[in-house]
Amino acid sequence: MALPRIRIGRLLAYVAALAISAFVLAPIYLITISAFSSFDAVYAYPKNLLPKEATTETMRVFLESDGITDSLRRSVYVAAISIIVCLAIGTPAGYAIARFSFRGANAFQLALVSTRAFPLIIIAIPLAVTYLRVGIDDTVYGVAMAHIAFTLPLTVLVTASVFAGISYELEEAAMTLGCSRLSAIWRVALPLARGGIVASAIFIFVTSWNEVFAAAILTFRDRTLPAQLLAALDTSPLTYRLAGGFFLLAPALVVIFIIRKYLLTTWGRVAR
Amino acid sequence: MTTIAQETAPLTRRKRRWEGLPYWLILPTVVYMGLFFVWPMIQGFGLALRDESGNWTTSAFQTMVDDAAFGDAMSFTFLLILVIVPIQFVLALGMALLLNAKLRGAGIFLYIFLLPLAISDLAAGIAWSAIFTERGYLNTILEGVGVLEQPFIFLDPTSKTQLVMVVAVAEIWRSTTFMMVILFAGLQGIPRDYVEAAEVFGAGFFQRIRHVIFPMLKPSIQVALLLRLIFAFEVFAVVIALTGSGATVLAAEAYKWQATNENEHVAAAYSMVILGLSLAAAAFVLVVLRTPRERRLR
Repeated sequence: MALPRIRIGRLLAYVAALAISAFVLAPIYLITISAFSSFDAVYAYPKNLLPKEATTETMRVFLESDGITDSLRRSVYVAAISIIVCLAIGTPAGYAIARFSFRGANAFQLALVSTRAFPLIIIAIPLAVTYLRVGIDDTVYGVAMAHIAFTLPLTVLVTASVFAGISYELEEAAMTLGCSRLSAIWRVALPLARGGIVASAIFIFVTSWNEVFAAAILTFRDRTLPAQLLAALDTSPLTYRLAGGFFLLAPALVVIFIIRKYLLTTWGRVAR
Repeated sequence: MTTIAQETAPLTRRKRRWEGLPYWLILPTVVYMGLFFVWPMIQGFGLALRDESGNWTTSAFQTMVDDAAFGDAMSFTFLLILVIVPIQFVLALGMALLLNAKLRGAGIFLYIFLLPLAISDLAAGIAWSAIFTERGYLNTILEGVGVLEQPFIFLDPTSKTQLVMVVAVAEIWRSTTFMMVILFAGLQGIPRDYVEAAEVFGAGFFQRIRHVIFPMLKPSIQVALLLRLIFAFEVFAVVIALTGSGATVLAAEAYKWQATNENEHVAAAYSMVILGLSLAAAAFVLVVLRTPRERRLR
């Protein structure tokens, strides 16, 4: 009696999972075939739902258009600076939370969590004013500093949870074998935490790569890729927008593949 | 006594040497967040509430409220949230349950379900505009199967309802994963025995969800809703990419006042409204989903 019911439930589960997958994949698939079809095909109607011929015409023209390679380069710079600074100052703080019980540790953690209630928009506008005064408006550093302010709290929380998952006894063992405290961190804890730290780096990259609002407000001429795309939305041809959209979206396909496990174990827990 | 003290002496000395260490380790983060988060926020209040010469004034808020776009932005933002969040919550819970159901090919489903998490709102907006535009994919399909005789204008700037629906689809597509991740993490914390016990006693699928999973998942639900609502007030690039100037939201107005009108005071006033609404939403979730102490499970 119970057996067929369970089977029907399983079947429905598969149907639902496939339907949701189709919903998720459809826009990605469509923008991909658009970005790799000819100009004529992009403007044609009715559209081809299957790729007729793959050409790089649309992508090539997009990449060759004014300022795109520069904005791409700037996006990469901003993400790289964000990753380096976030990890350099966030990892030690994460280690401190995981390994020491010190006065103010809870308050510190709570403060980091509560930063999430404050949208990036709120700090972007005052930063734009300050940058103009200090003279770092329209620079990759300015944008990176805003992105760091946004990603640093989560970096600390994620690395803290990574270190908490590594047994302290391993460091103690290293210290009895002659390591100093710092070299035990460097030679034992950090290598073991590498996977989690790489996941954090990728998370910082994605956040920075995708961030539009602050980037669009803090730059005027020397824009990052999303800021450039946003500014050109209503003046650029459809082919440009589609190719740009694809370019913006493409890293997601790789990035999620690398960090999918971490997203569910570490990030899902820490994000609260 | 003395022997114990002698024995522990080296230990406490070593400990004392490292007592300051955690503070040194967190210092850079504290300084950075102070300089680039707390200070700009205080500055933001100043920008919104003071004029060029430093006098306190509500003129920025006055300008903001008097602008016709303010009401439009406010209502569009709220409409979006009302449409998106309930649908998204059910969908996210369903996706999390599916991932938890250990289906065959779960790894592939996991990868696909997670994809939107790394996709920007701008890219999502552009991708969906290729679908919803008059000469786009959706009309191609609907005409192909014979539902439509001629292309339908989904992105009709005169129909607010249609614009809300279209943006809602794109936002549900993009940001449901975010809730799913949090809910899934919560689901994994529910011991299998509990669910199985309920099953043994004859609880059906929906009964299990209602009486076992829901109460135990409440903390995660709270967090997921809280963060989702906070981010919902920031919705920005999707709306611009999909509607052009057909619709506006609070963040888009903040952007416009800052970048186009070059009036950082009104832009800051908008950001304060967004902040206020985010905090109000957070408080709302905490109050509505509060678990009375005597009913707490853990």
